[in-house]
Amino acid sequence: MTSLDSTQQSRAKSRPLPAFTREQWVSLILLAGLALAASVAHFAGEPYFVDLASRIAIIALAGVGLNLALGFGGLVSFGHAAFFGLGGYTVSVGAFHAFNMTPILGIDFLPAGSDQMVPLWITAMSVCGVVAWLIGRISLGTSGVYFIMITLAFAQMIYYFAVSWPAYGGEDGLPIYIRNQFYGLDTTNSLVFFGLSFALLLLALGFCQRIMAARFGAALTMARLNPVRLATAGVEPRPIKQVAFVISGMITGLAGALYADLNGFVGPSMLSWHQSGEIMVIVILGGVGRLCGPLAGAILIVLMETFLGGLTEHWQFFLGLIILMVVLFAPGGVMGLLAGRARHA
Amino acid sequence: MPEAILSIQNLEKSFGALRATQSVSVDLVPGEIHVLIGPNGAGKSTLIAQIAGTLLPDSGEIWLDGKNITRLSVAERARRGLGRSFQVSSLAEDLSVKRNVMIAVQALQGSSFRFWTPVHSDPSLVGPALEALTRMGLDARADTPVAELSHGERRQVEVACALALKPIALLLDEPMAGLGPEGTAKLTLLLEKLKHDVPILLIEHDMDAVFRLADRISVLVAGEVVAHGDSDAIRNNPQVREAYLGDDRCSA
Ligand SMILES: Nc1ncnc2c1ncn2[C@@H]1O[C@H](COP(=O)(O)OP(=O)(O)OP(=O)(O)O)[C@@H](O)[C@H]1O
Ligand SMILES: [Mg+2]
Repeated sequence: MTSLDSTQQSRAKSRPLPAFTREQWVSLILLAGLALAASVAHFAGEPYFVDLASRIAIIALAGVGLNLALGFGGLVSFGHAAFFGLGGYTVSVGAFHAFNMTPILGIDFLPAGSDQMVPLWITAMSVCGVVAWLIGRISLGTSGVYFIMITLAFAQMIYYFAVSWPAYGGEDGLPIYIRNQFYGLDTTNSLVFFGLSFALLLLALGFCQRIMAARFGAALTMARLNPVRLATAGVEPRPIKQVAFVISGMITGLAGALYADLNGFVGPSMLSWHQSGEIMVIVILGGVGRLCGPLAGAILIVLMETFLGGLTEHWQFFLGLIILMVVLFAPGGVMGLLAGRARHA
Repeated sequence: MPEAILSIQNLEKSFGALRATQSVSVDLVPGEIHVLIGPNGAGKSTLIAQIAGTLLPDSGEIWLDGKNITRLSVAERARRGLGRSFQVSSLAEDLSVKRNVMIAVQALQGSSFRFWTPVHSDPSLVGPALEALTRMGLDARADTPVAELSHGERRQVEVACALALKPIALLLDEPMAGLGPEGTAKLTLLLEKLKHDVPILLIEHDMDAVFRLADRISVLVAGEVVAHGDSDAIRNNPQVREAYLGDDRCSA
């Protein structure tokens, strides 16, 4: 009896871990590879390459945000630069006022900015959440090409607003003189900053995976695949999409906040439609609706930009070719190539 | 006559010059199967779409369980207990059969704004979904993607989705199409039992099934109800024989 008990116990203890799917393996390798590359570069004394890794992590994070709307919700937003840029401007403006010790927006009873990352991130995400809610309210009544155009139009409005507002640099943008602080950490150290960006990327990935596996994700998936079925089952599709769009904008806004601190600068180009296009390209190249697709896309784009861009100034031509190939021959993107077709349980 | 669960009053719908629904009034009382018959293009599916809310009527009213639902959204009607199956099945092809049914269970249980607990292992969702599938004899197909099902099976998944809502009224648009004789016989038995739990407004072309199942029949021709009554009355209605049934289809 005792022996039986003990075998049962040991069996219970050594219950096999749930097997990883191929996609999860690929994702794990990409994440580990990025972290490893950043660490190696740091200890080899190459902060430039550490910053490159940070750039990948941040742009991937922006893509994770868009992927929630575009990939999981089927909401083809061509205006996510609005959130990326607003996140960046929030951080810059906050730091600007903290530096000058003037109240935010010049309004006397508002506090004088902040040079702390955490409150700046929270503010950036809140601003983006509110703006995404407003844009979603108006644009989610439309679909297809109209949705694309309305999201683009909103982003362009914000772009021109930033260009024409001299208080925060207008066309010239706004520098961040001293990188913002994260509690006791030395954020000017490239590896520390990479660590923060990477941790937020991991958090966002975990968060997206979790909500997509939950009831909300089931409803969002059905809203994308067949909204009529969702409504017939008794769930209103529009509020589901609305919430997805808001979370999506907030994540991309957080990425923008990090990007401003990485570059020590924010300009209207972060709000431009080129930027929207770049985030979209990352998602599409990486694999629409694949959790770590944006990471694969960001790695590909940043590496091409850096290394192909060093060889030839026509690297965008090759980027165009690659996008064409992916759309024509690998609709699942890089993730689709590496990990096979997406699977639904 | 008992109080109607579902009552349609003077419904009108035109597509341009085509009057697809012409002052149609039908109702559904507890315990009955009310069959809607009529030739192709008579406006049967259009009527169902208006009751379910995917199509808005030009005028007229729809009452469910004593409440006017004419202006409510599709989802709101479903939450109030209106279950529906489509003539051309409308499911998420990429998802498994189980997942398609689970979404209805999820809606029944309340808010979909739950962000943390995974659904795939949630017994409160999987259990009722499998139960509905078992009732339709589809439990073996639970994990199959809908895209791999036959047309008949898709229809049955639709009925399972509707059942999972625990509806107070069911609208079934040709659920037997594509089932074959054996499947039709099975579904006929099932509907006969089911009607005691939930009344059914049924569209069906198979006249054997119609006459066997129907407590009442309404005949729709060119958007209008031209005859109404029990099986015998309809079978012997000369106007119906001429307009719709034809001698070959009614020789039995
Ligand atoms: N959205 C629409 N726009 C224009 N006309 C429509 C539309 N939907 C249906 N119709 C027309 O309305 C008429 C009724 O169609 P409906 O699908 O309701 O017929 P039905 O009785 O269900 O026929 P069947 O037995 O073939 O299913 C048809 O002439 C059809 O062409
Ligand atoms: Mg029809």
